Amino acid sequence: MHNGILLTAAGWIRDILTFLFGNELLVNILMTLVGIGAIISVILTSAIVFTYAERKVCAFMQVRIGPNRVGGRFGLLQPVADMLKLMSKEDIIPNGCDRVVWSLSPMLLFVPSALIYSFFPFDDGAILADVNVGLFLLLAISSQAVLPFLMGGYASNSKYAMIGGMRTVAQMLSYEAPMAFSLIGVVMLTGSMKMSAIVEAQATHTWFVLLQPIAFVIYLITATAETNRTPFDLVEDESEIVAGPFTEYSGMRWALFFLAEYANLLSISILTTTLFLGGWHGPVLPGAVWFWLKVLVMIFVFMWFRWTFPRTRIDQMLSFSWKVLLPLALVNMLLTGVGIYLYQSLC
Amino acid sequence: MNDLILSLHRLIDMGMTMAEELGTPEIILAAVFYVFAGISVLGALGVVLGRNIVHSALCLTASFIGIGCLYIFLSADFLGAVQFLVYGGAVAILIVMAIMLTRREDMAHSNPSRSIPHQLAALVVAGMFLLAMAAVALMSPFQTAPADIGDTVTGIADLMLTKYVLPFEIVAVLLLIAMIGAIILAKGVDES
Repeated sequence: MHNGILLTAAGWIRDILTFLFGNELLVNILMTLVGIGAIISVILTSAIVFTYAERKVCAFMQVRIGPNRVGGRFGLLQPVADMLKLMSKEDIIPNGCDRVVWSLSPMLLFVPSALIYSFFPFDDGAILADVNVGLFLLLAISSQAVLPFLMGGYASNSKYAMIGGMRTVAQMLSYEAPMAFSLIGVVMLTGSMKMSAIVEAQATHTWFVLLQPIAFVIYLITATAETNRTPFDLVEDESEIVAGPFTEYSGMRWALFFLAEYANLLSISILTTTLFLGGWHGPVLPGAVWFWLKVLVMIFVFMWFRWTFPRTRIDQMLSFSWKVLLPLALVNMLLTGVGIYLYQSLC
Repeated sequence: MNDLILSLHRLIDMGMTMAEELGTPEIILAAVFYVFAGISVLGALGVVLGRNIVHSALCLTASFIGIGCLYIFLSADFLGAVQFLVYGGAVAILIVMAIMLTRREDMAHSNPSRSIPHQLAALVVAGMFLLAMAAVALMSPFQTAPADIGDTVTGIADLMLTKYVLPFEIVAVLLLIAMIGAIILAKGVDES
């Protein structure tokens, strides 16, 4: 039934493990661990690639050269240099901070960002948890990423961090609502919240970006806001609040925030691909290749946003979410319903 | 090489048969249950026993999330997701924000004191709760066989939009009223 290259590879690994260990239960447990390991390595690799890509894309947009010293003409070893720098930094713990909450915050932030990867269909059948309420559970888990920002902001005992934490909450909560409502259009067309069913529906009909253009635009805007990237990076607004909730973090603790940010960038690109661009479906090339091609295009689009738009103001941004995006998402829901009704009564 | 692998197979099969005789799947299920139940109960204890009210609020979130995991563990996946979104996402943040915005002094001893009257009150409430739980546990006919639940979303949607449509709508109106009331309280009424 499923025949993607990822699943074939998983089959080979299973064969090898069965040959080595024999017992079925043990092999099943080990295969789950292999799946989790694959997802973690995807996230870590993406962080390495993105640090390099972000510098190069930024340089390209600003007519500069970008990294060009470490590792040859194209500066290919720049991520390694960045990582060494981060690891050799001093771990500074601010005075009067709430130690436990302060050190938990960066770790807890990474958990929901990594957890939602189990709902992404990377290829035909290559999905770790294809549950019935997939999309809803995914949104619910990613909404848990708000509290760690607030924890970090509160525990740092610094006014910039505190204001940054408050801003994060205001921003992420107000952009979660239009995001969820825009995705309802996709769920209405599919008739299911199962991720594999959403991909299948786009294979039998057409890409949802054509059927749901309003939802697509709303999703792009809200996703940029949810990941706190420019033009919505008010959370870490250098000219106003230093670095927001991250102000008092240094070294590897700060790197964890950074890792979570890139994990989020990858996950919104994957989600856009899955929900609007047909997922892993495509002609000639294997599914996994199509999937990553689409994801890379979406990542470039999000980086393009970052380096071309100026930063918005917090009050403008919040009123834009509540007064423009949310009503638009509701109208889109109504239009989708009417459209489905007309389609069903005509055909 | 082949001998080595064969002996490895035999060893693992022996271990696994022993584990199956001990009832491995049940043990794994029980372990998962106790981990999440532990998170919920310890979180709830943290709420009551913590000295710092912000820590109490964060423990409450941990408790909410533990309960959400239990729902998913019991195949109520939709309910679990709602628990994450509403309690873990919205209610917890509301509580933490309210605490941070209203309190100005040091947070270290911000929870109510543990004086004798407080402890007595806690004892009485805990006793009443235990009594109620014991009554429920003794009176309810527990179904121990695994029930085939299937697609919970469809079931909930059917019930909400047919049998329970009136309560559902009333709750929606109630929430709207609460929201408008909150806005009026916050912004004030234009008297003219």
